Amino acid sequence: MKILVPLKRVADPDNANKVKVNAGKLVTTGLEWKPNPFDEYAVETALRLTENGTNPKARMGEVVVVTFGPKDCETTLRAMLGTGADRAIRVDTGDETIDGDVVARALKALVEKEKPDLVLCGKQAVDGDSGQVAQQLAEYLGWPQATFAGTIESEGDKALIVGREVDGGTIKLKVELPAVVSVDLRIVAPKSVKGVHTPATHAYPEGVRFAALMAIMAAKKKPLAEVKLADLTGDAALKIQYLDYEPPPARKAGVKVKDVAELVTRLKTEAKVV
Amino acid sequence: MSNILVVAEMSDGKVRKSTHSAITFAREATKAGGSFSILVIGAGAKAAAAEVTTFGAAKVLVCDDASLKDPVCERLAPTVAAVGQGFDIVSITASSFGKDLAPRVAAKLSAGYAPDISGVKVDGGKATYRRPVYAGNAYVNVQLTTAKGVVSVRQSEFSAAEPSGGASPIEDVAMTAHDAAASKVTFLGIEAAKSERPDLGEAKVIVAGGRALKEKFAEVLDPLANELGAAIGASRAACDAGYAPAELQVGQTGRVVAPALYVAIGISGAIQHLAGMKGSKTIVAINKDAEAPIFQVADYGLVQDLFGAVPALVSEIKKANA
Repeated sequence: MKILVPLKRVADPDNANKVKVNAGKLVTTGLEWKPNPFDEYAVETALRLTENGTNPKARMGEVVVVTFGPKDCETTLRAMLGTGADRAIRVDTGDETIDGDVVARALKALVEKEKPDLVLCGKQAVDGDSGQVAQQLAEYLGWPQATFAGTIESEGDKALIVGREVDGGTIKLKVELPAVVSVDLRIVAPKSVKGVHTPATHAYPEGVRFAALMAIMAAKKKPLAEVKLADLTGDAALKIQYLDYEPPPARKAGVKVKDVAELVTRLKTEAKVV
Repeated sequence: MSNILVVAEMSDGKVRKSTHSAITFAREATKAGGSFSILVIGAGAKAAAAEVTTFGAAKVLVCDDASLKDPVCERLAPTVAAVGQGFDIVSITASSFGKDLAPRVAAKLSAGYAPDISGVKVDGGKATYRRPVYAGNAYVNVQLTTAKGVVSVRQSEFSAAEPSGGASPIEDVAMTAHDAAASKVTFLGIEAAKSERPDLGEAKVIVAGGRALKEKFAEVLDPLANELGAAIGASRAACDAGYAPAELQVGQTGRVVAPALYVAIGISGAIQHLAGMKGSKTIVAINKDAEAPIFQVADYGLVQDLFGAVPALVSEIKKANA
């Protein structure tokens, strides 16, 4: 199976409390760039689907990672090549601002060239929190979609049984490949992904794999191609414009209560909620 | 002046209450002119449509077809887009249902998409939407550059609309053929969380637990939730550790809630969790770690071991309500 995984680099969400707004502008000074965590989960999922988990060194399929951005985004791609992805593509966007819809249209052209069986991506980027690329790409390709996947089971690499995490529980869908799937947090639980090559009894460690030093060195030799955005889509017009930023509404400082009795009294008389 | 289509969210043959927040959005966005209509789509839509005829919609459009029984995007999106052609803005709830469907509809309409909006202002016929980014650490004002727009509406930031009287005319609309991709999707079923408790999105009171509760998650929280008539929520850490089911997760990537009262028990308050519950009116935090970030957003903080404090809280509330 050949899998394409689009990645976005984002300001480190664990440092996101340092995101500040000043005079209508977003201030991200001092924030570290990291791959979007949901996209990292997608890479891990792709690796699990294309290997025998008991011998992950032998790849049984191809995982191609792609990102959009300037040259220094290649660090993010190299990191993914280090964890096991086979090949990387950077879509050079120069200094242009892009939006999710442009990304989806460019990915459509890339998919038509690369012909993967599956496009796997994170359900949302943790900076813009938009969650749109997978669905739009599926529409532009005319492919089926399965969003917010918490579990994936491969049916002979011809179809996937996807457990979608929705508000009221889990929806099980069978989607025939090729398809677009976006993944949720729990896709990296030990038994969430069942590929065709890995014994059903195999349990993965929780979370994504880390690149060993040797693998990081080897990743420097793996192919990394550059494509211009204009070569994929002639239409880079933005459909959404970000005007200005505002800080979130501040909450007034609360009080510490000394015991349960005081808490209940205050909830009853001040807040009037019990 | 704009004309807005509100796509109702259906479940179990009824219009979900999240739709009422999208109606509030439509009312706000048409204050300066224009009107809104509601599309009820799904199997049993005809019967469900009666629930939304008293909200002041110009029309209630109904697409009732047995093939639309299950929420399969590739079946729903073509009709939603076809009906949406006649409107300036298509709005839908920012629930998992809406987040799945809205971008596909936007792509069909070549429309810009403003996801998860928390506010709207219309000036000279141009809508500016406010939406949270970076887990709610900042808000951004956005405009769409396209003639048509699609938005998903954050339920916790738009109050539920009340009926305004009158009776909107009901009109049947024909179903547009399913996407070719629909034949590649088989709906195998939904494992719904069976609960007598209110839905997280609609609950007036939420009692939420963190990883500190361990295997005693239900044992500790159930009596308090029963006493308060509350829904139960959980932090990501509690869900990841398997102490609580995934669908209870409140946060940036889980449910975003805004009840009148949110009781955070054994939750330290990671930014991703705060992003999902900061909009609650009154926040109570119970945690033995006085430095936990949750206390920075809590109206009332109790620094105590939860295993002693929560049972005491249950009996104190019982006493107070007696």
